[in-house]
Amino acid sequence: MTAKTLTIDPITRLEGHGKIEIFLNDQGDVEDAFWQVSELRGFERFCLGRPAEEMTRIVPNICGVCPSAHHMAATRALDDLYDVEPTPTAKLIRQLEFNAFYIEDHYIHFFFLAAPDFVVGPDADPAERNILGVIRKVGKEVGARVIEVRKKNREIIRLVFSKPPHPEGGLPGGVSRGITSDERRRIKEIADYSVEFAQFAMGLFKDLVLRNKKNLDLVLSDAYQLKTCYMSLVDENDKVSFYDGTVKVIDPGGKEIVRFDPRDYVEHIGEWVEPWTYIKMSHLKKIGWKGLVEGEGTSLYRVAPLARLNVAGGMATPLAQKECEQMFDTLGGKPAHHTLAMHWARLICALQAAEHNQMIASDPLLTSKDIRNMNLRLKRVGVGCVEAPRGTLFHHYETDDRGLLTRVNLIVATQNNAAPISLSVKKAAREFIRGGNVKEGLLNRVEMAFRAYDPCLSCATHALPGRIPLVVNIRDQEGRVIRTLRRS
Amino acid sequence: MAEKPKVAIYGLGACAGCDEAVIDLNEAILQVADAVDIVLWPLAMDFKYSRIQAMQEGEITLSILTGSVRNSDHQEMAELLRKKSQLVLAMGACACFGGTPGLANFRGRDDIFNWVYRDAPTVVNPNGSFPQPETDLNGRKLTLPSFFEHVFTLDQVIDVDYYLPGCPPPPELIGNAINVLLAGDLPPKGSTLAPRKAICDTCPRNQRKPNRMEIKSFRRIHEVEADPDACFLAAGIICMGPATRTGCGETCIRINVPCRGCFGPVPGVVGSGPKFLSTLASLLVVERDDEIKEAIDSIDDPVGYLYRFAQPSSILGRRNAKKSMEE
Repeated sequence: MTAKTLTIDPITRLEGHGKIEIFLNDQGDVEDAFWQVSELRGFERFCLGRPAEEMTRIVPNICGVCPSAHHMAATRALDDLYDVEPTPTAKLIRQLEFNAFYIEDHYIHFFFLAAPDFVVGPDADPAERNILGVIRKVGKEVGARVIEVRKKNREIIRLVFSKPPHPEGGLPGGVSRGITSDERRRIKEIADYSVEFAQFAMGLFKDLVLRNKKNLDLVLSDAYQLKTCYMSLVDENDKVSFYDGTVKVIDPGGKEIVRFDPRDYVEHIGEWVEPWTYIKMSHLKKIGWKGLVEGEGTSLYRVAPLARLNVAGGMATPLAQKECEQMFDTLGGKPAHHTLAMHWARLICALQAAEHNQMIASDPLLTSKDIRNMNLRLKRVGVGCVEAPRGTLFHHYETDDRGLLTRVNLIVATQNNAAPISLSVKKAAREFIRGGNVKEGLLNRVEMAFRAYDPCLSCATHALPGRIPLVVNIRDQEGRVIRTLRRS
Repeated sequence: MAEKPKVAIYGLGACAGCDEAVIDLNEAILQVADAVDIVLWPLAMDFKYSRIQAMQEGEITLSILTGSVRNSDHQEMAELLRKKSQLVLAMGACACFGGTPGLANFRGRDDIFNWVYRDAPTVVNPNGSFPQPETDLNGRKLTLPSFFEHVFTLDQVIDVDYYLPGCPPPPELIGNAINVLLAGDLPPKGSTLAPRKAICDTCPRNQRKPNRMEIKSFRRIHEVEADPDACFLAAGIICMGPATRTGCGETCIRINVPCRGCFGPVPGVVGSGPKFLSTLASLLVVERDDEIKEAIDSIDDPVGYLYRFAQPSSILGRRNAKKSMEE
C-alpha cells in the first residue's frame, strides 16, 4: 500500500477559505494533518488614513456573523484612544446590545451547526444532517422558538445599533442613541423570554447529549481532548465577562500564568507565521513558540466558551453559575480539556448573557439621557478588548494628531484558536482514520473537532456556520487521484 | 405537482452578513424553503458541489450571489453558477460595487503581506516566513490559492441580471426580490431592485432640512452631539444621503449616525463620489473657487467617505478583470 494524502477541500467551499490535508502512511494510518486557512483580506492596511471613529463602521465588515464583536472592540478602542470613560448609561446600552448579540450568535451556532451532529447523529445521512433534520427530530415548535429568540434579540441590536449584520453607533465615550421607557418594557420582555429559552435550550442539550450515552461518550472521548493553556477576560470578581475586564491566562493544569491589562497584549501574545496557511498561530510569547504541541509547557492557548469557564472563578449570574458547576462535575473538574464541551459552555454563556440583560432591563440608569461623555483627549494610541463569542478579541489603533489611523493591529478570536484547531483536527484524524478506512461518518467526526470551536474564518478569514461540504481525494505518492469520496 | 424553482445562495469574497440578512426573513424563511428548492446555501444546507456541476445549463432558476471577487476560487464559482442559472442577482454592496473590502484597491498586495507577516507588533517570525502558494514539508505538498492584485465587482467577472445593494440589503427588499424574480414577470435586465430615490428624499430628517444650506466647515461625528432630528449635512457632518440610493430604511440615520453610502449611487450616476462632491460644493457658503477647494480639503480622508462601499465599481477603481487576472 502506498502512502496517501487525503484532501478535505474545501472544508467550507462556500468561500474556499479553508481545507484539511491529511497525510497517511503506508499502513493507511494518519501520519500528519493540517488545517489550512486560505484567505487574507488586509483590513489592517486599508483602514490606514481613515478617521479612527469610522472604525466602528468599517470593522463590522470583517464578519457578518460576529459584526457586533468587532464593532464593540472598535468602540472600546476609541474610548482608550480618546482617553474617555463612557457614561454609565452608555455602558449599559452597549452591554445590552452585546448580550443580545451573544444570545443570538450562540444559538445560531448551536442549533444550525452543532446540533445536527448530536441530534441527527454523526453517522446520519448528510442530507439530513442539517437544521431541517434537527427540526424534524425535535419538532417544528422548537424550530419556531429558535427563530423567535434570534429575531427578538436582533430586534434589540437593531434598536440601538442599526442593522444586526452591520451594527453602527458606537462612539468614543458613548453611544449615538438612548433608550426610552417604552423601549425598556420591550427589552424586559425580550430578556425574560431569552432567559426562559436559555433554560429550555439547556434542558434540550441535556436530553439530547448528556442522557444519550453515545453522544456523551463522544464528548468525553480522548479523541476530542486537548491539553492547552486557556485565555479569557474576567471581571474584578474573577467572573466571566464579555464586555470588558482583565485578560487572564491559565496553564493546562489550571494554574494562573498571568493576568494583564489588554493594553499590554503585545508583551504576551505572539503570532507565529507558517508558510502553509494564511492564518497566524497565536501563542504565549513569554513561553515562546514550541510548535504544535499540547500538554505541560505548551505555549498554545485556547479561547471561546470552554476557555472562559476554565479561566474564570465562575459565572457572573446565578443560573449560569449553577449550570457551570454541573458541567465541571460531569467533566471531572477544572480545567476541562474536552473540545466538544465547548457546545455546553456556549449554552451556559448564552444563559449568562440573557440573565444579565434581565438585570440591565431593570436598571434605572438605562433610560437616562446621559449617553455621551464628550470629554475627549486624543492619546494617539488605543486598545479595545472584548470577549467575543468566539474568544478574546483585540483591536489596537494608532493615529496622527488629527485622529487619522497610522497603525492598526487586530488579534481576532479564531486566530487565537488556530494552532489548537490544527492540533484537534490532527488528533481526531489519528483516532478515527485507521488502516486507510475513510468513511464519510468518520470524516465528519474529524470535522466535528474544528466545528466545536465555531471557527470564524471570515474574521481570521471565514467559515460559516453551516453544512460543511466535503470532497476527499485520496492520492498516491505521485499525486494521482485513486479514489474520490463525496458527501452527498 | 410542478417542480419547484431551484435557487442557489452563495457567498464569494463575503462576510456572510448578507446570509444573515436572509435568515432575518425569520418565519418567512420557512415559507421560502417550502416554495423553492434551495440547491445550494452553505449557511443552512448541506452543500453538494457535484450536484451543481452535474446540472444542466440554466437548471437553476435564480442564483443569489454575494461578495466581491478577489481570488480564482471566487471567479470559478461565479462562472459555474452563471452557467447553471437562468438569472443571477448580485446581492449586497460587495457584489454590486465591491464593498468595503474594495478599499484594499488603494493598497498593494505586498503592503498587506509585509504588515501582516512581518511588521505587526505581535508577529514572531524569526525565519522570515511568508505564506506560499506551495510548501514542501518533508515531501508533503501543501498549497494555498493566490490572490488577484485587485478586488472586482461581480459584473466585472460574469454577466449579472439584477442588482440588490445594501450592506446588507434589508430583509424586506430581499423577500421582494425573490418574489419578483421567481414570479416570472421580470423587470428589465440590469435593474436594481430598490427604490429610485435618494436617501434625502426619504430621510425622516428631511422636513427639518433648511431651505438653503450654508455649510461653513466640516465636523466629525465624534466631535459633536448630533441633534437626533436635524439634517447632518446642515450641521457640517458628512452624510452621503444626497448621492446614495434609498431603500435601506434609513436605519443608520434613525440611530443618529449619518449615511455612508452602502446602497450605492442614485440611479443614473456611475459613482457616488463625484456626485456627492458636486452636491457638497453647492451647499457651501463660500464665494470663490479657492475657498471651495479649501473647504473640501478640510474634510479628513475624503476617499474613505466617497469610496467606502464602491471603489471597485467607480471610475477610479475599474479595471479590465480578464487582463488583471492574467497579470
